[in-house]
Amino acid sequence: MAALVGYRKRRGVELFMLVLAVGIGFAGYVLIHLNRDAKLPAAWPWALAALAGVGLVLHLVVRWRTPYADPLILPLVLLLNGTGLAMIHRLDLDDSRAPHSAELQLTWLFVAVAVCIAVLIVLRDYQVLRRYPYLLFLAGLVLLMLPLLPVIGQEKNGARIWIHLGSYSFQPAELAKIVLVIAFASYLVDKREVLALGGGRFLGLDLPRARDLGPILVMWLVSLAVLIFQKDLGTSLLFFGLFVMMIYVATEKPSWAILGVLMFLIGAYGAYLSFGHVQSRVSAWLDPFSNYDRNYQVIQAQFGIAWGGIFGTGWGLGRPNLTPLAKSDFISAALGEELGVTGLMAIIAMYGLLVARGLRAALGARDPFGKLISAGLAFVFALQVFAIIGGVTRLLPLTGLTTPYLSQGGSSLVANWLLVALLLVITHQIRKPAPELPAQPVVSLAADTTQVIQVDRAASSPTPRPAPPSSPDDELTEAVPSAPTPGRKVSSPTPSSPHDELTEAIPSAHGSGRTEPSPTPSSPTDATAPVPRIEEQP
Amino acid sequence: MNRPIRMVALVSMLMTLALMANLSISYLWQADYLTNRPENRRVSDARFGQDRGPIMVGNSPVAKSSPVDDRYKFQRSYPSGPLYAPVTGFYSYTYRASGLEASMSAQLAGQDNSQFLSRLINLASGAVPKGGTVETTLDAKAQKAAWNALDGRKGAVVAIDYKTGAVKALVTYPSYDPNDLATHDLAAASAAWKKLNADPARPMANRATREIFPPGSTFKLITAAAALESGMTGDTLVDATSFKLPGSTKVIAQSCGGSKITLTRALTTSCNPAFARLGAKLGDKALREQATKFGFGSTYLSDIGSVASKFPDELDAAQTAMSAIGEFEVAATPIQMAMVAATIANDGVEMEPYVVKRVLDSDLRVTSQTTPSARTQVASAATAAELRKMMVSVVQNGTGYRAQIPGVTVGGKTGTANSDNKRNPYAWFTAWADDPTIAVCAFVEDADIPATEIAGGRVAAPIAKAVIEALR
Repeated sequence: MAALVGYRKRRGVELFMLVLAVGIGFAGYVLIHLNRDAKLPAAWPWALAALAGVGLVLHLVVRWRTPYADPLILPLVLLLNGTGLAMIHRLDLDDSRAPHSAELQLTWLFVAVAVCIAVLIVLRDYQVLRRYPYLLFLAGLVLLMLPLLPVIGQEKNGARIWIHLGSYSFQPAELAKIVLVIAFASYLVDKREVLALGGGRFLGLDLPRARDLGPILVMWLVSLAVLIFQKDLGTSLLFFGLFVMMIYVATEKPSWAILGVLMFLIGAYGAYLSFGHVQSRVSAWLDPFSNYDRNYQVIQAQFGIAWGGIFGTGWGLGRPNLTPLAKSDFISAALGEELGVTGLMAIIAMYGLLVARGLRAALGARDPFGKLISAGLAFVFALQVFAIIGGVTRLLPLTGLTTPYLSQGGSSLVANWLLVALLLVITHQIRKPAPELPAQPVVSLAADTTQVIQVDRAASSPTPRPAPPSSPDDELTEAVPSAPTPGRKVSSPTPSSPHDELTEAIPSAHGSGRTEPSPTPSSPTDATAPVPRIEEQP
Repeated sequence: MNRPIRMVALVSMLMTLALMANLSISYLWQADYLTNRPENRRVSDARFGQDRGPIMVGNSPVAKSSPVDDRYKFQRSYPSGPLYAPVTGFYSYTYRASGLEASMSAQLAGQDNSQFLSRLINLASGAVPKGGTVETTLDAKAQKAAWNALDGRKGAVVAIDYKTGAVKALVTYPSYDPNDLATHDLAAASAAWKKLNADPARPMANRATREIFPPGSTFKLITAAAALESGMTGDTLVDATSFKLPGSTKVIAQSCGGSKITLTRALTTSCNPAFARLGAKLGDKALREQATKFGFGSTYLSDIGSVASKFPDELDAAQTAMSAIGEFEVAATPIQMAMVAATIANDGVEMEPYVVKRVLDSDLRVTSQTTPSARTQVASAATAAELRKMMVSVVQNGTGYRAQIPGVTVGGKTGTANSDNKRNPYAWFTAWADDPTIAVCAFVEDADIPATEIAGGRVAAPIAKAVIEALR
């Protein structure tokens, strides 16, 4: 099949887009100075060299290690990063207390890019990430809860999501989100069939079984703890939303998503009723002018964006420094002021594109782990952007999360470039042509038909048997013209035989009606997936 | 797993769209709510630094912006200092704006909806936005004449073209220099503000439109109007003997030239007992109705702001008698008493007074123009004509003789109000002339003469005369 719908490398597209991205970031930097002093900044060759150098080095490494990686990811990220650097530099100009944040941020960009390159070189196959789900889960939780520790934990702007080590502060949630995506993905790949079992029907929905509710309850409590003790709705939303989304994708059961949303609403409302600081955050959100001094920051951000209007004041011509923390949490307000609602929308659209590329990778992935991890990374990124920009623009209560790639902060930059590296590796593996297996040619429709017969036999066979190794999960039924009827039984409340369980995945996958490239019969990990669910059956 | 992934994509897209929709709604559609907040420093700083258009009196600007080399880029200045302050108001960084600077701010800044066209042209051509011009109805000669005639006494002068309602002069004294508040030296502006507010003479009080005082005998015009509307004429005889207030021991006595005199004679000599008796006879309801028709209880000149003159509610007979001669709790603004004379001169039709003649955009296109409009028919034309005859008599034969101008028919009424007998009386003179068609009210808060004298005629009438002569 790969011969029919193979991906091209598209590195030329990437290079062209990188030139554009570097050009836009650099143009921002130059325009700031042209608008303010009507002359070029003395350091412009260095700025251009730094940005173009980062782009070029990354491009070359990608050509070398992941030549099939999605060509839009790198340009989008570099465009956002360049814009962020330009804005931080612009804010430096009117900030006498910290006039060199942009230089520091550029240094962090080098570190982050180095981390990204290291991952590209070391991580050849993302399947190795599957090995330690529980360890990673534990590590993620520890990272998430670190700010609650005395001494190193630190409350900033009403939220306790920072830790302090010496003079260096760090937002562990940034790293935790990536660690937890990997942990959830590995865990759910193993457990998804079990979690997908129906426990009863209510209002036409298949409810999960009560004994399977453990993991979601744990995550719910963790999220509530984040909301209550770290006082940050955004972080809480980020992690619970991520988990609910991943369990929904893994099980294909909408009931998990609905249950998750309900649990979050109940938890958030309960926290609102019980805790004064949650109430004051909500009042700062709904009616910031009720307390001008306390809500000064979000009010200034609003004034700034409204002042910018449609097209903004222009680079360097607004007054974004009136908003406290404009370089970090509120950089989107500064961009909204100087580039206008149009510019901020363009930035949101770029985030949207990046998320879309991640989800596209999830659709194209040939194995559940690849699907889960890329969908998880894309969605956690989407949630983060939604929470922070929504908070700054007062769509949501304010959160202390950083704006990926734009805002000042080393930990955020490194973590988000790590995310880029993972996406590059994953998309490379997804898009690269499958190795040809002469013994089992699958490049014609005839080959698919042979597989269908296999499945039919499996479905009608009275004895349980593992799925054929050549069927990477649901992809198998892609070409099946009509679903095998026995599978329908799965949705009934009492799954009675292992046989039903075995075929469970088939009709649901068929219902999705995908037109994906055909599976490669090579992935060794897929074959193991169905085994545990049979053992689970009493 | 692809169906849920598509759902996740849909949710992600909805989140993106929600961010964008919120931006459009909150920061474009409802941006005015944010930009008009008083706390918004970006807006106040930028407005303060705008190239605002001038406020014109005739062909000279009385408020204008000039480029300066500091962070606000344009300095607002007032070439005539305190003279036009009650009309222009001030334009200050810390204390915002007042007067036309506040009410016409959008037009002066070129931000008004009516100036959309020139804004669009500016946007397209990349030109720096410039403000519009506000042309006032004021007459520089009349304004200066009134200022000079007040001669450093606390008071106010209002002159109005009674045919149109155009305000020709609006002076209050003491005044303040708006330049002191408009300065970019914010510390100096703050010091000036504190000093002005601490000054016992209250230089920032607009005595012409925003302060009320007992109108004294000028109110007899309203009592006379009520009497004429009730069927009397200028020749109707009234009892001018001493009048003991009903239910009180106080007696109002005055030598008015006879015990039975005509109503015209009573007004000419400003006969207190005759008008007090007349007021008691007409009743408080008739007086209140007539006063309300003349404008008591409502405001004028919303562009610069005014307070309503008041005629008290619920009066007993004695209070009614005192109110009929402009005492007790009756209180009026100078502009109100000018409007009384203007209405009488304009056949009983009260024109709406205005100070903004035209607004031009930065390319001098007229974006709005005030057309004269009538407020109400306050009294019949016959009543107005009778009152005019009586007022001419006041100037020809009575207390207002100092306002006589050869070759001009002038009608007027003096007033001297004594709120208590300790302080100097308030002196009033409200008058009209037939050529120019002008109504003037002159008011001196602190007439430095003995209370026994007819202060209105001696102190205020010459001021009115000076203004009328300046407009000839």
